[in-house]
Amino acid sequence: MSATALDSPDVDVDPGLQEQFDATIAAERRIEPRDWMPEGYRRTLVRQIAQHAHSEIIGMQPEGDWLLRAPSLRRKAVLLAKVQDEAGHGMYLYSAAETLGADRADLTDRLIDGRQKYSSIFNYPTLTFADVGVIGWLVDGAAICNQVPLCRSSYGPYARAMVRVCKEESFHQRQGYELLLTMMRGTPEQRAMVQDAVDRWWWPSLMMFGPPDTDSPNSAQSMAWGIKRHSNDELRQRFVDMTVPQAAFLGVTLPDPDLALDPSTGRYRFGAIDWEELKRVISGAGPCNAERIARRRAARDDNAWVTEAAIAYARKHEARS
Amino acid sequence: MSARAGWPLYEVFVRGKRGLNHVHVGSLHAPDDEMAVHAARDVYTRRNEGVSIWVVRADAITASSPDEKDPMFAPSGDKVYRHPTFYEIPADVPHI
Ligand SMILES: [Fe+2]
Ligand SMILES: [Fe+2]
Repeated sequence: MSATALDSPDVDVDPGLQEQFDATIAAERRIEPRDWMPEGYRRTLVRQIAQHAHSEIIGMQPEGDWLLRAPSLRRKAVLLAKVQDEAGHGMYLYSAAETLGADRADLTDRLIDGRQKYSSIFNYPTLTFADVGVIGWLVDGAAICNQVPLCRSSYGPYARAMVRVCKEESFHQRQGYELLLTMMRGTPEQRAMVQDAVDRWWWPSLMMFGPPDTDSPNSAQSMAWGIKRHSNDELRQRFVDMTVPQAAFLGVTLPDPDLALDPSTGRYRFGAIDWEELKRVISGAGPCNAERIARRRAARDDNAWVTEAAIAYARKHEARS
Repeated sequence: MSARAGWPLYEVFVRGKRGLNHVHVGSLHAPDDEMAVHAARDVYTRRNEGVSIWVVRADAITASSPDEKDPMFAPSGDKVYRHPTFYEIPADVPHI
Protein backbone atom coordinates (compact mmCIF):
# COMPACT_ATOMS: atom_id res chain seq x y z
CA MET A 1 0.00 0.00 0.00
CA SER A 2 1.45 3.35 -0.90
CA ALA A 3 1.67 6.14 1.61
CA THR A 4 -0.17 8.45 -0.75
CA ALA A 5 -3.15 6.12 -0.95
CA LEU A 6 -3.22 6.03 2.84
CA ASP A 7 -2.98 9.75 3.28
CA SER A 8 -5.42 10.89 0.64
CA PRO A 9 -8.54 12.43 2.14
CA ASP A 10 -11.95 11.06 1.31
CA VAL A 11 -12.69 13.33 -1.62
CA ASP A 12 -15.68 12.72 -3.86
CA VAL A 13 -17.07 10.09 -1.57
CA ASP A 14 -20.67 9.12 -2.13
CA PRO A 15 -22.35 10.38 1.08
CA GLY A 16 -24.40 7.17 1.08
CA LEU A 17 -21.23 5.18 1.71
CA GLN A 18 -20.24 7.24 4.73
CA GLU A 19 -23.79 6.95 6.04
CA GLN A 20 -23.77 3.20 5.63
CA PHE A 21 -20.41 2.97 7.41
CA ASP A 22 -21.60 5.15 10.29
CA ALA A 23 -24.79 3.11 10.62
CA THR A 24 -22.84 -0.16 10.73
CA ILE A 25 -20.60 1.19 13.51
CA ALA A 26 -23.57 2.63 15.42
CA ALA A 27 -25.40 -0.71 15.25
CA GLU A 28 -22.30 -2.51 16.63
CA ARG A 29 -22.04 -4.56 13.46
CA ARG A 30 -18.65 -5.40 11.98
CA ILE A 31 -16.89 -3.72 9.09
CA GLU A 32 -15.56 -6.32 6.64
CA PRO A 33 -12.66 -6.06 4.19
CA ARG A 34 -14.59 -5.23 1.02
CA ASP A 35 -16.78 -2.61 2.67
CA TRP A 36 -16.17 1.03 1.99
CA MET A 37 -14.43 2.70 4.95
CA PRO A 38 -13.02 6.18 5.60
CA GLU A 39 -9.30 6.44 4.86
CA GLY A 40 -8.62 7.53 8.44
CA TYR A 41 -10.26 4.37 9.74
CA ARG A 42 -8.19 2.21 7.40
CA ARG A 43 -4.99 4.06 8.22
CA THR A 44 -5.56 3.85 11.97
CA LEU A 45 -6.29 0.14 11.76
CA VAL A 46 -3.25 -0.63 9.63
CA ARG A 47 -1.05 1.26 12.08
CA GLN A 48 -2.56 -0.40 15.15
CA ILE A 49 -2.67 -3.94 13.73
CA ALA A 50 0.85 -3.69 12.34
CA GLN A 51 2.17 -2.38 15.66
CA HIS A 52 0.40 -5.23 17.40
CA ALA A 53 1.81 -7.81 14.95
CA HIS A 54 5.32 -6.40 15.34
CA SER A 55 4.99 -6.66 19.13
CA GLU A 56 4.15 -10.36 18.90
CA ILE A 57 7.14 -11.00 16.62
CA ILE A 58 9.67 -8.91 18.57
CA GLY A 59 8.13 -10.33 21.76
CA MET A 60 9.57 -13.74 20.91
CA GLN A 61 13.09 -12.46 21.55
CA PRO A 62 13.23 -11.78 25.32
CA GLU A 63 11.84 -15.23 26.14
CA GLY A 64 13.59 -16.86 23.21
CA ASP A 65 16.84 -15.94 24.95
CA TRP A 66 16.03 -18.64 27.54
CA LEU A 67 15.05 -21.45 25.19
CA LEU A 68 18.48 -23.03 25.25
CA ARG A 69 18.95 -22.42 28.96
CA ALA A 70 15.61 -23.61 30.34
CA PRO A 71 16.22 -25.55 33.56
CA SER A 72 14.30 -28.70 32.55
CA LEU A 73 12.92 -30.41 29.48
CA ARG A 74 9.39 -29.65 30.68
CA ARG A 75 10.08 -25.93 31.00
CA LYS A 76 11.81 -25.94 27.64
CA ALA A 77 8.86 -27.63 25.89
CA VAL A 78 6.43 -25.15 27.50
CA LEU A 79 8.55 -22.14 26.59
CA LEU A 80 8.99 -23.36 23.03
CA ALA A 81 5.22 -23.76 22.65
CA LYS A 82 4.65 -20.31 24.11
CA VAL A 83 7.18 -18.61 21.84
CA GLN A 84 5.72 -20.47 18.84
CA ASP A 85 2.28 -19.15 19.79
CA GLU A 86 3.62 -15.60 19.73
CA ALA A 87 4.86 -16.18 16.18
CA GLY A 88 1.36 -17.43 15.35
CA HIS A 89 -0.18 -14.30 16.88
CA GLY A 90 2.04 -12.18 14.66
CA MET A 91 0.87 -14.19 11.64
CA TYR A 92 -2.85 -13.82 12.47
CA LEU A 93 -2.35 -10.08 12.79
CA TYR A 94 -0.33 -9.59 9.61
CA SER A 95 -3.07 -11.56 7.88
CA ALA A 96 -5.67 -9.13 9.25
CA ALA A 97 -3.55 -6.15 8.14
CA GLU A 98 -3.37 -7.56 4.63
CA THR A 99 -7.16 -7.52 4.33
CA LEU A 100 -6.80 -3.72 4.50
CA GLY A 101 -4.44 -3.66 1.54
CA ALA A 102 -1.18 -3.63 3.51
CA ASP A 103 1.68 -5.83 2.37
CA ARG A 104 3.27 -8.09 4.97
CA ALA A 105 6.83 -7.72 3.73
CA ASP A 106 6.44 -3.96 3.54
CA LEU A 107 5.21 -3.85 7.15
CA THR A 108 8.30 -5.78 8.25
CA ASP A 109 10.49 -3.30 6.38
CA ARG A 110 8.73 -0.47 8.18
CA LEU A 111 9.41 -2.09 11.53
CA ILE A 112 13.08 -2.58 10.75
CA ASP A 113 13.47 0.97 9.40
CA GLY A 114 11.86 2.34 12.57
CA ARG A 115 8.86 3.77 10.71
CA GLN A 116 6.50 1.58 12.73
CA LYS A 117 6.67 0.78 16.42
CA TYR A 118 6.17 -2.19 18.71
CA SER A 119 5.34 -2.47 22.40
CA SER A 120 7.92 -0.80 24.63
CA ILE A 121 7.92 -3.77 27.03
CA PHE A 122 10.07 -5.95 24.78
CA ASN A 123 12.99 -3.58 25.03
CA TYR A 124 13.86 -4.80 28.52
CA PRO A 125 16.30 -7.69 29.06
CA THR A 126 15.48 -11.08 30.59
CA LEU A 127 18.22 -11.45 33.19
CA THR A 128 17.20 -14.68 34.94
CA PHE A 129 14.80 -17.56 34.37
CA ALA A 130 12.40 -15.91 36.82
CA ASP A 131 11.92 -13.25 34.12
CA VAL A 132 10.28 -15.91 31.95
CA GLY A 133 7.71 -16.51 34.68
CA VAL A 134 7.15 -12.81 35.32
CA ILE A 135 6.67 -12.11 31.61
CA GLY A 136 3.98 -14.80 31.44
CA TRP A 137 2.28 -13.50 34.54
CA LEU A 138 2.55 -9.71 34.09
CA VAL A 139 3.27 -9.06 30.41
CA ASP A 140 0.87 -11.65 29.02
CA GLY A 141 -1.55 -10.67 31.79
CA ALA A 142 -1.45 -7.04 30.65
CA ALA A 143 -1.77 -8.19 27.04
CA ILE A 144 -4.92 -10.12 27.98
CA CYS A 145 -6.44 -6.98 29.56
CA ASN A 146 -5.70 -5.09 26.36
CA GLN A 147 -6.80 -7.80 23.96
CA VAL A 148 -10.03 -9.16 25.42
CA PRO A 149 -11.99 -5.98 24.59
CA LEU A 150 -10.46 -6.02 21.09
CA CYS A 151 -12.39 -9.22 20.38
CA ARG A 152 -15.29 -6.77 19.92
CA SER A 153 -13.33 -4.39 17.70
CA SER A 154 -15.44 -2.99 14.86
CA TYR A 155 -13.15 -4.40 12.16
CA GLY A 156 -14.11 -8.05 11.60
CA PRO A 157 -10.74 -9.60 10.70
CA TYR A 158 -9.02 -7.86 13.63
CA ALA A 159 -11.71 -8.96 16.08
CA ARG A 160 -11.53 -12.55 14.84
CA ALA A 161 -7.73 -12.59 15.10
CA MET A 162 -8.08 -11.36 18.68
CA VAL A 163 -10.47 -14.20 19.54
CA ARG A 164 -7.82 -16.71 18.46
CA VAL A 165 -5.08 -14.85 20.31
CA CYS A 166 -7.06 -14.58 23.54
CA LYS A 167 -7.79 -18.30 23.58
CA GLU A 168 -4.05 -18.93 23.60
CA GLU A 169 -3.00 -16.20 26.02
CA SER A 170 -4.53 -17.90 29.02
CA PHE A 171 -1.99 -20.72 28.68
CA HIS A 172 0.77 -18.11 28.54
CA GLN A 173 -0.25 -16.42 31.73
CA ARG A 174 -0.86 -19.64 33.64
CA GLN A 175 2.44 -21.25 32.71
CA GLY A 176 4.21 -18.10 33.93
CA TYR A 177 2.36 -17.98 37.22
CA GLU A 178 2.90 -21.70 37.80
CA LEU A 179 6.62 -21.26 37.14
CA LEU A 180 6.75 -18.49 39.76
CA LEU A 181 4.78 -20.54 42.29
CA THR A 182 7.31 -23.32 41.83
CA MET A 183 10.26 -20.99 42.35
CA MET A 184 8.62 -19.44 45.41
CA ARG A 185 8.46 -22.91 46.96
CA GLY A 186 12.21 -23.29 46.30
CA THR A 187 15.32 -21.86 47.93
CA PRO A 188 15.71 -18.33 49.37
CA GLU A 189 17.86 -17.53 46.31
CA GLN A 190 15.05 -18.58 43.99
CA ARG A 191 12.53 -16.48 45.90
CA ALA A 192 14.90 -13.52 45.68
CA MET A 193 15.15 -14.04 41.92
CA VAL A 194 11.38 -13.87 41.58
CA GLN A 195 11.16 -10.71 43.67
CA ASP A 196 13.96 -9.10 41.68
CA ALA A 197 12.22 -9.92 38.39
CA VAL A 198 8.90 -8.54 39.69
CA ASP A 199 10.67 -5.34 40.78
CA ARG A 200 12.12 -4.86 37.30
CA TRP A 201 8.99 -5.73 35.26
CA TRP A 202 6.18 -4.13 37.29
CA TRP A 203 6.46 -0.54 36.07
CA PRO A 204 7.20 -1.40 32.43
CA SER A 205 4.10 -3.65 32.53
CA LEU A 206 1.94 -0.70 33.61
CA MET A 207 3.42 1.32 30.74
CA MET A 208 2.19 -1.31 28.27
CA PHE A 209 -1.25 0.34 28.39
CA GLY A 210 0.18 3.44 26.77
CA PRO A 211 0.25 7.10 27.81
CA PRO A 212 -2.32 8.47 30.27
CA ASP A 213 -5.70 9.43 28.81
CA THR A 214 -4.82 13.11 29.17
CA ASP A 215 -1.93 12.55 26.74
CA SER A 216 -3.51 10.14 24.25
CA PRO A 217 -4.83 12.39 21.47
CA ASN A 218 -6.06 9.70 19.07
CA SER A 219 -7.95 7.61 21.60
CA ALA A 220 -11.27 9.45 21.28
CA GLN A 221 -11.46 8.88 17.52
CA SER A 222 -10.44 5.22 17.88
CA MET A 223 -13.16 4.73 20.46
CA ALA A 224 -15.75 6.45 18.29
CA TRP A 225 -14.83 4.06 15.48
CA GLY A 226 -15.09 1.06 17.79
CA ILE A 227 -11.45 0.16 17.11
CA LYS A 228 -10.66 0.68 20.76
CA ARG A 229 -13.15 -0.15 23.51
CA HIS A 230 -11.69 1.26 26.74
CA SER A 231 -9.28 4.04 27.57
CA ASN A 232 -5.64 3.35 28.47
CA ASP A 233 -6.14 4.36 32.09
CA GLU A 234 -9.25 2.22 32.50
CA LEU A 235 -7.44 -0.88 31.24
CA ARG A 236 -4.39 -0.11 33.38
CA GLN A 237 -6.60 0.16 36.46
CA ARG A 238 -8.25 -3.18 35.67
CA PHE A 239 -4.85 -4.80 35.36
CA VAL A 240 -3.70 -3.43 38.72
CA ASP A 241 -6.92 -4.60 40.42
CA MET A 242 -6.50 -8.08 38.96
CA THR A 243 -2.83 -8.40 39.74
CA VAL A 244 -2.44 -7.15 43.30
CA PRO A 245 -4.20 -10.17 44.89
CA GLN A 246 -2.18 -12.51 42.65
CA ALA A 247 1.04 -10.92 43.93
CA ALA A 248 -0.12 -11.43 47.51
CA PHE A 249 -0.88 -15.09 46.85
CA LEU A 250 2.53 -15.55 45.27
CA GLY A 251 4.19 -13.89 48.28
CA VAL A 252 5.95 -11.08 46.42
CA THR A 253 5.68 -7.34 46.95
CA LEU A 254 5.03 -4.88 44.13
CA PRO A 255 7.60 -2.05 44.02
CA ASP A 256 5.19 0.79 44.71
CA PRO A 257 4.91 2.29 48.22
CA ASP A 258 1.74 4.16 47.17
CA LEU A 259 -0.13 1.02 46.17
CA ALA A 260 -3.22 0.79 48.41
CA LEU A 261 -6.82 -0.30 48.27
CA ASP A 262 -9.23 2.60 48.09
CA PRO A 263 -12.10 1.41 50.28
CA SER A 264 -14.54 3.88 48.73
CA THR A 265 -14.13 2.43 45.22
CA GLY A 266 -12.80 -1.05 45.91
CA ARG A 267 -9.99 -0.33 43.47
CA TYR A 268 -6.25 0.05 44.00
CA ARG A 269 -4.58 3.43 43.95
CA PHE A 270 -1.05 3.35 42.63
CA GLY A 271 1.95 5.66 42.39
CA ALA A 272 3.01 7.94 39.55
CA ILE A 273 4.33 6.27 36.42
CA ASP A 274 7.59 7.55 34.95
CA TRP A 275 6.25 8.68 31.57
CA GLU A 276 9.66 10.01 30.61
CA GLU A 277 10.95 6.46 30.73
CA LEU A 278 8.14 5.30 28.41
CA LYS A 279 8.95 8.10 25.96
CA ARG A 280 12.64 7.20 26.06
CA VAL A 281 12.04 3.51 25.43
CA ILE A 282 9.48 4.11 22.67
CA SER A 283 11.78 6.51 20.90
CA GLY A 284 14.54 3.91 20.74
CA ALA A 285 16.65 4.50 23.84
CA GLY A 286 15.53 1.50 25.90
CA PRO A 287 18.08 -1.07 27.07
CA CYS A 288 17.51 -3.50 24.17
CA ASN A 289 15.93 -1.55 21.28
CA ALA A 290 18.97 -1.75 19.01
CA GLU A 291 19.51 -5.43 19.75
CA ARG A 292 15.88 -6.35 19.03
CA ILE A 293 15.77 -4.61 15.68
CA ALA A 294 19.22 -5.90 14.70
CA ARG A 295 18.04 -9.45 15.33
CA ARG A 296 14.86 -8.91 13.29
CA ARG A 297 16.88 -7.38 10.47
CA ALA A 298 19.28 -10.32 10.48
CA ALA A 299 16.35 -12.76 10.35
CA ARG A 300 14.99 -10.99 7.28
CA ASP A 301 18.30 -10.58 5.47
CA ASP A 302 20.04 -13.83 6.37
CA ASN A 303 17.00 -15.93 5.48
CA ALA A 304 16.22 -14.15 2.22
CA TRP A 305 17.95 -16.91 0.27
CA VAL A 306 15.52 -19.48 1.70
CA THR A 307 12.45 -17.59 0.55
CA GLU A 308 14.05 -17.01 -2.85
CA ALA A 309 15.03 -20.66 -3.25
CA ALA A 310 11.55 -21.84 -2.26
CA ILE A 311 9.83 -19.70 -4.86
CA ALA A 312 12.37 -20.68 -7.54
CA TYR A 313 11.69 -24.35 -6.76
CA ALA A 314 7.92 -23.79 -6.91
CA ARG A 315 8.16 -22.00 -10.29
CA LYS A 316 10.33 -24.76 -11.73
CA HIS A 317 7.77 -27.39 -10.75
CA GLU A 318 4.89 -25.29 -12.04
CA ALA A 319 6.64 -24.99 -15.41
CA ARG A 320 7.09 -28.77 -15.64
CA SER A 321 3.52 -29.74 -14.87
CA MET B 1 11.61 -5.27 -2.86
CA SER B 2 11.79 -7.93 -0.22
CA ALA B 3 11.95 -11.63 -1.03
CA ARG B 4 8.64 -12.33 0.70
CA ALA B 5 6.81 -10.37 -1.96
CA GLY B 6 7.39 -13.30 -4.33
CA TRP B 7 5.30 -15.69 -2.22
CA PRO B 8 1.64 -15.66 -3.19
CA LEU B 9 -1.15 -15.15 -0.66
CA TYR B 10 -3.28 -18.17 0.30
CA GLU B 11 -6.58 -18.17 2.13
CA VAL B 12 -6.95 -20.93 4.71
CA PHE B 13 -10.10 -22.90 5.57
CA VAL B 14 -10.32 -25.38 8.44
CA ARG B 15 -12.89 -28.09 9.21
CA GLY B 16 -13.16 -27.89 12.99
CA LYS B 17 -14.46 -31.40 13.40
CA ARG B 18 -16.26 -34.08 11.45
CA GLY B 19 -19.76 -32.98 10.53
CA LEU B 20 -18.87 -29.28 10.15
CA ASN B 21 -18.08 -27.22 7.06
CA HIS B 22 -14.64 -25.81 6.41
CA VAL B 23 -14.54 -22.26 7.73
CA HIS B 24 -12.24 -19.44 6.66
CA VAL B 25 -9.66 -18.76 9.39
CA GLY B 26 -7.13 -16.39 7.81
CA SER B 27 -4.38 -16.21 5.26
CA LEU B 28 -0.68 -16.80 4.82
CA HIS B 29 2.07 -16.56 2.23
CA ALA B 30 3.70 -19.69 0.85
CA PRO B 31 5.75 -20.55 -2.23
CA ASP B 32 3.43 -23.37 -3.36
CA ASP B 33 0.29 -25.32 -2.43
CA GLU B 34 2.06 -28.01 -0.46
CA MET B 35 4.05 -25.57 1.65
CA ALA B 36 0.85 -23.59 2.19
CA VAL B 37 -0.82 -26.64 3.76
CA HIS B 38 2.19 -27.23 6.03
CA ALA B 39 2.30 -23.60 7.09
CA ALA B 40 -1.47 -23.55 7.64
CA ARG B 41 -1.14 -26.51 9.95
CA ASP B 42 1.49 -24.70 12.04
CA VAL B 43 -0.22 -21.32 12.06
CA TYR B 44 -3.89 -22.26 12.42
CA THR B 45 -4.12 -25.71 14.04
CA ARG B 46 -1.59 -25.91 16.87
CA ARG B 47 -4.24 -27.18 19.29
CA ASN B 48 -6.37 -29.65 17.33
CA GLU B 49 -8.51 -26.85 15.93
CA GLY B 50 -9.14 -28.89 12.83
CA VAL B 51 -9.35 -32.27 11.14
CA SER B 52 -8.92 -30.99 7.59
CA ILE B 53 -7.37 -27.93 5.94
CA TRP B 54 -8.05 -26.32 2.56
CA VAL B 55 -5.74 -23.71 1.12
CA VAL B 56 -6.54 -21.74 -1.99
CA ARG B 57 -4.62 -18.99 -3.69
CA ALA B 58 -6.33 -15.71 -2.90
CA ASP B 59 -6.14 -14.61 -6.54
CA ALA B 60 -8.22 -17.66 -7.53
CA ILE B 61 -11.20 -16.55 -5.44
CA THR B 62 -14.07 -14.68 -7.03
CA ALA B 63 -16.19 -12.80 -4.51
CA SER B 64 -19.27 -10.65 -4.59
CA SER B 65 -18.79 -7.05 -3.51
CA PRO B 66 -20.95 -5.33 -0.95
CA ASP B 67 -21.91 -2.73 -3.57
CA GLU B 68 -23.34 -5.51 -5.69
CA LYS B 69 -25.38 -6.52 -2.69
CA ASP B 70 -28.74 -5.66 -4.14
CA PRO B 71 -28.70 -7.62 -7.41
CA MET B 72 -26.80 -10.50 -5.76
CA PHE B 73 -28.85 -11.01 -2.68
CA ALA B 74 -32.20 -9.45 -3.52
CA PRO B 75 -33.66 -12.62 -5.14
CA SER B 76 -33.36 -14.50 -1.85
CA GLY B 77 -34.69 -11.49 0.05
CA ASP B 78 -38.12 -11.72 -1.63
CA LYS B 79 -38.38 -15.51 -1.46
CA VAL B 80 -39.48 -15.61 2.14
CA TYR B 81 -41.19 -18.95 1.50
CA ARG B 82 -37.72 -20.50 1.65
CA HIS B 83 -37.70 -20.01 5.40
CA PRO B 84 -39.51 -22.33 7.80
CA THR B 85 -41.08 -19.42 9.66
CA PHE B 86 -43.09 -18.60 6.49
CA TYR B 87 -45.46 -21.46 7.30
CA GLU B 88 -48.03 -21.20 10.01
CA ILE B 89 -48.47 -24.41 11.94
CA PRO B 90 -50.82 -24.73 14.91
CA ALA B 91 -48.88 -24.72 18.17
CA ASP B 92 -50.24 -28.11 19.29
CA VAL B 93 -48.72 -30.08 16.39
CA PRO B 94 -45.80 -31.96 18.01
CA HIS B 95 -42.19 -32.13 16.74
CA ILE B 96 -42.44 -29.71 13.83
FE1 LIG C 1 0.72 -12.98 21.98
FE1 LIG D 1 1.33 -14.33 24.92
